[in-house]
Amino acid sequence: MSDASPAKGRSASANTAAVRVVSARVGLGQRLRNLWERRELLRNLIVSDIRIQYKGSVLGVVWSMLSPAFTLGIYFLVFSIFLKNGIPHFVIYLASGLVVWNMFFSGVMTATSVIVDRAGLVKKVSFPREILPLSNVGSAVVYFLIQLGVLLIFTAALHHAPDWQFFLVLPISFACLYFFTAAMAIVMSALTVYLRDLKHLTAVALQLWFYLTPIVYSYENSLSAPLHQHGLTDLYFLNPITLVALTFQRTFYVSTTVTSTVSHQALSLLPTWGFNAYVERNLLCLAFMLVLFLLALMLFGRLEGNFESEL
Amino acid sequence: MSAVIDVAEVNKTFKLHYERNQSLKERLLHPRSGRTEIFQALRDISFTVGEGETVGIVGHNGSGKSTLLKCICGVLQPTSGSIRLRGNLAALLELGAGFQVELSGRDNVYLYGTMLGFSKKRIDQIFDEIVAFSEIENFIDTQVKFYSSGMYVRLAFAVAVNVNPDILVVDEVLAVGDERFQAKCIDRIRRFQGEGKSILLVTHSADQVRALCDRAVVLDGGRMIANGDVADSLRIFRDALMQETVAHQDVTDLADISVDSVTTPEGSFDVRTGAAMRFDVHLTSATAYSGNFVFEVYSRDGVLVNRSDRQGAPVNLRPGANVVTVDVDNVPLLDGVFDVNVGIVDERGSNVKAWSEKVATLQVTYGGREGGLVELHPVIRHN
Repeated sequence: MSDASPAKGRSASANTAAVRVVSARVGLGQRLRNLWERRELLRNLIVSDIRIQYKGSVLGVVWSMLSPAFTLGIYFLVFSIFLKNGIPHFVIYLASGLVVWNMFFSGVMTATSVIVDRAGLVKKVSFPREILPLSNVGSAVVYFLIQLGVLLIFTAALHHAPDWQFFLVLPISFACLYFFTAAMAIVMSALTVYLRDLKHLTAVALQLWFYLTPIVYSYENSLSAPLHQHGLTDLYFLNPITLVALTFQRTFYVSTTVTSTVSHQALSLLPTWGFNAYVERNLLCLAFMLVLFLLALMLFGRLEGNFESEL
Repeated sequence: MSAVIDVAEVNKTFKLHYERNQSLKERLLHPRSGRTEIFQALRDISFTVGEGETVGIVGHNGSGKSTLLKCICGVLQPTSGSIRLRGNLAALLELGAGFQVELSGRDNVYLYGTMLGFSKKRIDQIFDEIVAFSEIENFIDTQVKFYSSGMYVRLAFAVAVNVNPDILVVDEVLAVGDERFQAKCIDRIRRFQGEGKSILLVTHSADQVRALCDRAVVLDGGRMIANGDVADSLRIFRDALMQETVAHQDVTDLADISVDSVTTPEGSFDVRTGAAMRFDVHLTSATAYSGNFVFEVYSRDGVLVNRSDRQGAPVNLRPGANVVTVDVDNVPLLDGVFDVNVGIVDERGSNVKAWSEKVATLQVTYGGREGGLVELHPVIRHN
């Protein structure tokens, strides 16, 4: 589309004679190129997002570790002490699932209202609008990395060695998580412009989603058999977060079968898939997530045309 | 001259909802309720802006000029048609729209700069220049929420003009800031012009267009009704404004007045500085009308030299031919060519009833040695 018109000699504009076309439709390739060109803006938005989040608070970024730690503590109290699920080192099991969930949750939750909240900006300044939800996902990635660091320190403190071989799968699994979160964030942010209820609906839906993902319970131990019986296993695995959570749990918690601290019987916690099975499943998942991400961008492109009049 | 902005057959329609249902419940329960009306904000707009040109977009409220500007900046997508831009564009649609008030001025310069599409490296290079231009050196590390509105706007303007875009789009932002800062902005825009950059200026102010633009585009009801020479376009703009006013008047208030000609007793418009001059303005009025007469003198650079008091010259026009006499006792102008505009406005001086641009061209000759526009006779002593 962009036939480079001949740059004129003398003027200062000659070296930057990039042609930009504003028209009714922006193709997917162009969208991706625009995003790439504006990566610096994305970076700046993420940095300012994080700065604003903790500006004026005494503990600052420490809160990004403290609040997940509190959640972790509460779940540990409820499931390990009150309900006595008998899983040894339950904290590590819980934490490896929670870092995954927290990234998804905070990315989608903050992005849902981002375009509505920043209407002033969207109506006045031109930039690829996808950058706004993507910056929320970007901040979520930063918090994710911090929490992952804390998780590593945790495992070291508890002398619980992770399965180092599985660190090779983690990047693939993380990419799945990233693209899924980004796709959801992009779609939700655009839809919320048209349906303001989605903000509240998302909060409720995510609550249910949390319990449909094996984080505070074990899939193998509690759901595998009944799901299989009703032929619902595939449906359960349609949730990409499940695969990512299982991969993280397998990496950090390692043991697929443990001895219950309560009944002293064998508990099967994680699927007994081999390393290759994890790689294959994650790669397949990643392929789907990439397609989903592109579809999300296309849908966003359809919806963004009327942002200005709907905001 | 190659086009820097090429607007081709741009249309923009909006769906207007009445009784809009934005909640899910409402939409599910009454999927079809609420009327929707299609509103066409822009119809088949095509024009180009060449390299180094300054083009003004004028039009009254609701004529579609802001919509057009938003399309050009890429904030809105046209419904059909396309706009091609060559080079970087910085848009001053609303100054400081991208500011995060919780962050410091310094952080905002970077955030806003990248938002306008410039690299961090580029902003590093000109950071000091931006701060100097905005005149808030002492507060650059203060959170923007503590800024006064003037400081806020100054910083935003400083970023937008100093990142050195190839195309600058300005939307009535020159109305902000104190007079000194405004003068500085105009000055900056002139420097821009000197550097051969292209500027698109949207404004209500005919004076600003005359002073800054090479060409003007006039919009009315989403259509482009003029695109050309500033004086011609402004005449069409005034005509359109007048039709609008007439359409809104009661029938009894209809004033059908036209300016026929302007003559002088001597028969020529040549005058010497300091001499007296008389203009006879011949008007035809369809009905009796009481209003005020307005007389304007412009220099050829488009500077308004004088506008008579809009409420201070009552005239009671009779049906038929009328003559209004304008006497200037002592023409203070220095040599040059000046254009005269005359018109009739209503009693409050707010609605234009008749207007005629460049009805006369004054040729002033001056024998003295003062320079500039007017003769001041400054008395200079050395004590």
